[in-house]
Amino acid sequence: MAKINMVTALNKTLHASMAADDTVVIMGEDVGVNGGVFRVTDGLYEKFGRNRIIDTPIAESAILGTAIGMAMAGLKPVVEMQFSGFSYLMMHQLEGNASRMRTRSRGRFTVPLVVRMPYGGGVRALEHHSESKEVYWAHTAGVKVVIPSSPANAAVLLAAAINDPDPVVFMEPKRSYRSFKEEVDESDTDFKIGKAHVKKPGTDITLISWGAMMRDTLKAVEQVQSQTRFSPEIIDLLTISPMDADTIVTSVKKTGRCVVVQEAQQSFGPASEIIALINDQALLYLEAPVKRVTMADVVMPLFAREQLYMPSVSDISRAIVETLNF
Amino acid sequence: MPLKTIDDFSIRQLHILDENGIVDKDLEPDLNENDLTTLYQAMTLSRLADARMLNLQRQGRIGTIPVNKGQEASFCAPILALKDTDWFVGSYRELGARLMRGETLENALLLFNGWEEGNVNGHNDRTLPVSIVLASQLPQAVGLAWASRYKGETDTVVLAMFGDGATSEGDFHEALNFAAVLNAPVIFLCQNNQYAISTPVKIQTKSRTIAQKAIAYGIPGIQVDGNDALAVYQAVKEAVDRARADAGPTLIEAVTFRMLMHTTADDPTRYRSDDEVAAWEDRDPLTRFRKYLTGKGVWDEKKQERLEADCKQQIDDAVKAFESRKPFASDAPFDHVFGTREPLIEAQRARFLARQGKEGDHGEN
Repeated sequence: MAKINMVTALNKTLHASMAADDTVVIMGEDVGVNGGVFRVTDGLYEKFGRNRIIDTPIAESAILGTAIGMAMAGLKPVVEMQFSGFSYLMMHQLEGNASRMRTRSRGRFTVPLVVRMPYGGGVRALEHHSESKEVYWAHTAGVKVVIPSSPANAAVLLAAAINDPDPVVFMEPKRSYRSFKEEVDESDTDFKIGKAHVKKPGTDITLISWGAMMRDTLKAVEQVQSQTRFSPEIIDLLTISPMDADTIVTSVKKTGRCVVVQEAQQSFGPASEIIALINDQALLYLEAPVKRVTMADVVMPLFAREQLYMPSVSDISRAIVETLNF
Repeated sequence: MPLKTIDDFSIRQLHILDENGIVDKDLEPDLNENDLTTLYQAMTLSRLADARMLNLQRQGRIGTIPVNKGQEASFCAPILALKDTDWFVGSYRELGARLMRGETLENALLLFNGWEEGNVNGHNDRTLPVSIVLASQLPQAVGLAWASRYKGETDTVVLAMFGDGATSEGDFHEALNFAAVLNAPVIFLCQNNQYAISTPVKIQTKSRTIAQKAIAYGIPGIQVDGNDALAVYQAVKEAVDRARADAGPTLIEAVTFRMLMHTTADDPTRYRSDDEVAAWEDRDPLTRFRKYLTGKGVWDEKKQERLEADCKQQIDDAVKAFESRKPFASDAPFDHVFGTREPLIEAQRARFLARQGKEGDHGEN
């Protein structure tokens, strides 16, 4: 099986989903003729035509609002927000309509759609192009938030998101778009929406991360293992909301120690939620305080400084060692 | 190089029925007696139901409601131009339109007494629920319209309603632009009732009309007398015909007046005079339409009495059904967060139910 990068994996999934189901349509800015600014929708316009790959005017609220209407009428729109930094204009459609139409109508109308958006730092981009704001969407009941970390899970989870009955915000860590390749098996059952993935079972410490930080967490494990022998259980969160409490709690009950690695700023983020879940359900199993490695609560700096602020491999390593030695 | 005019624009205004119910014969729409009485009955039911709901609210028997009085022609007449297979995408001040679309008054009472169950409409699955956030329903209308065409429904159109205040929202402009660019079969009907709570339309927009905003998006726009049921019907009918023929969207501004408060939580004496309101009494859409029907020989005092008695009975029945309704399941909100069963949500439901069992109420704190 050939190894492919995340952009190719996402692109292949879109091709396959559209070929399999003609209710799947794609909308967004520059997604058609141009194939998307990151080329995730490359070749779809040529193959499926302008009725299914819709180049829209630049208006994020109307892109999502229109997609909501399409979804209520029986289509499965896959919407692209060109960068997550532009997605806030659609927040009121997501919070005000997509998330609550099922509740508002007591299940009479549903909004099965996917909002894809590249997010995250580390690619030396302009202002508004580097933030990790998954918590904005995750705090909205009725919205699922999925963040893949690799080509393989990106492919499987995007296909699952397209087939999901609910609005799914699918955040693509753009630092991981082309940074590595792996074999992709679309039928892999390890990855499901709502399920965290135990990437490696272990007994000494639970390490939880998601998105581009997953790779840095793995590097930190290697770094620490070159000094000390330890057995980490590594969890790739994959779904931010609704969070898979069972996998987290089961693991922490086993290991008694936990570090959460989050690219986003510290306060009110998924790491805080994970720690609260552990507090609720596994507090008495803990042998050390749960640590989180995050960015500071500052506005994401421009790229000259971003490496200083994003969690680094050595930050993660230090947190692992401190937690192991507590 | 001299300046040259590259295009000319104008906005037309349509009146068919004057304030005394005298019709312009050249413009009179082709509606049969049945259509005309259906429309008048719907407007009357809307007026009387609205008044009863206001009473119920004042007695504390339902919650806050947006009152409709005065706008019946502008929201009822358009429905007459729709088929059941068309979509209706409303805002919140179109009681009569919703009743015409098959929603029940009992459901309206439920909704405005705080039950989402009031949004379950068994009669028509192409009427969207009440939408509160101004203009946010308009992009959805474009999506519904576009999807209908995509799915091969060559006949379906979408009627979207909103108020003058909504025209300042980005979603209004974005939706008009999208509809125009996508050639979506949408009829955008603005009920310009002169006030967005306290804000008069003259400080909502510098535009002389709302209809002219269509020009910027390259679509037809027309202003109609919104208290003239025939003019509203005719403008909507023409727009519906264009949309059905894939000639794209239309913006219609129906000039009307909200005779009462914005909602029952509002006091309009703070921002407008009695004289202003009184002037609109003379333009009442029901009085005018009734005069027209009477002049045409299709309406009389006897029919009026029968209609009022019938409406009263319908309203009484709805109130009775609403008030004798057993409470809905307390944990229903957990059913509709997601379309999938999620352990996190189910755990919270179990906790909610356990707490309720213990405290025997909705479990404050």
